[in-house]
Amino acid sequence: MRTPRAAFVDFPLGHTSGKPFEPELQREIVLAALTMATEPLAPATIRPLGHRWGHDAWRENPMGGGGGGAAGAPADGAGSASSGAAASERRTDSRVERFDTPQYQTEDDARLAAERLGAEVACAACVGFDA
Amino acid sequence: MDDERSGRPSTAVDYIAETRATYDALGYPPYRWVASTDDPPLATLTKPLAESRVALIASGGIYRAGQIAFHFKDDASYRVIPTDTPTEELRATHFAYDLRDARRDINVVFPIDTLRGLARDGVIGGMTDRAYTFMGGIYSTRKVREELTPALRDRVIEDGADVVLLVPV
Repeated sequence: MRTPRAAFVDFPLGHTSGKPFEPELQREIVLAALTMATEPLAPATIRPLGHRWGHDAWRENPMGGGGGGAAGAPADGAGSASSGAAASERRTDSRVERFDTPQYQTEDDARLAAERLGAEVACAACVGFDA
Repeated sequence: MDDERSGRPSTAVDYIAETRATYDALGYPPYRWVASTDDPPLATLTKPLAESRVALIASGGIYRAGQIAFHFKDDASYRVIPTDTPTEELRATHFAYDLRDARRDINVVFPIDTLRGLARDGVIGGMTDRAYTFMGGIYSTRKVREELTPALRDRVIEDGADVVLLVPV
């Protein structure tokens, strides 16, 4: 993808606009990105913002995916630099099944949506929900 | 060495290589990445941020309690999130990233409090009335190019946005 301009945040997936509960860091990142819109830049400029996550353990399994990864915490003990074997071991199919029904964060969300919209609302119709 | 044009700090994870290796190891055919080589159209803001209305579009699978959550099979739909939505009503669902932090503080993928704070302090002129969310990991580039992107473009223009902040995951 080539966007007109982009700010690059070198954090684990799922932390595009900062770390949780760090409003000042979140503000710095968002403001740095927005400020780029005011500058004359070459098209598709990507500006690395230079913030550091604090440890690099997450880079060992960057494709951790749907809840299994350890982005928020240092790897527990497993230790040492990854050998080739360790690297291939982690290439198991950790991907989440591609469910074709809505994947609610909580059961309450599912109940609430069903109450408001009807339990039978088909997902194929969920384009542009204003509800 | 960091280079602003290529934007690739030496530490950056190479997700394309990672995905390729994962697919190889699982015996799947290679993932067909879409690459764009054309320069994107570029417009620069003609007024200060303090006078600009900012729109927010995020792809981290954010929805509001009471809306239908995203599903994981090529879901190219989007949700409309009023920008005065209480933060505690925001949820996240996605198959491809660790959701724990997003579910503790949605601002890590949907900087709504951040933007509201910038608006309150006069750093930006304000937010448009609606934010838009979808769930990345859409395999159909046709749906994205022909349906999702034009729909979102039309909506932010209709909302009177001067600048759009895209927050991908």
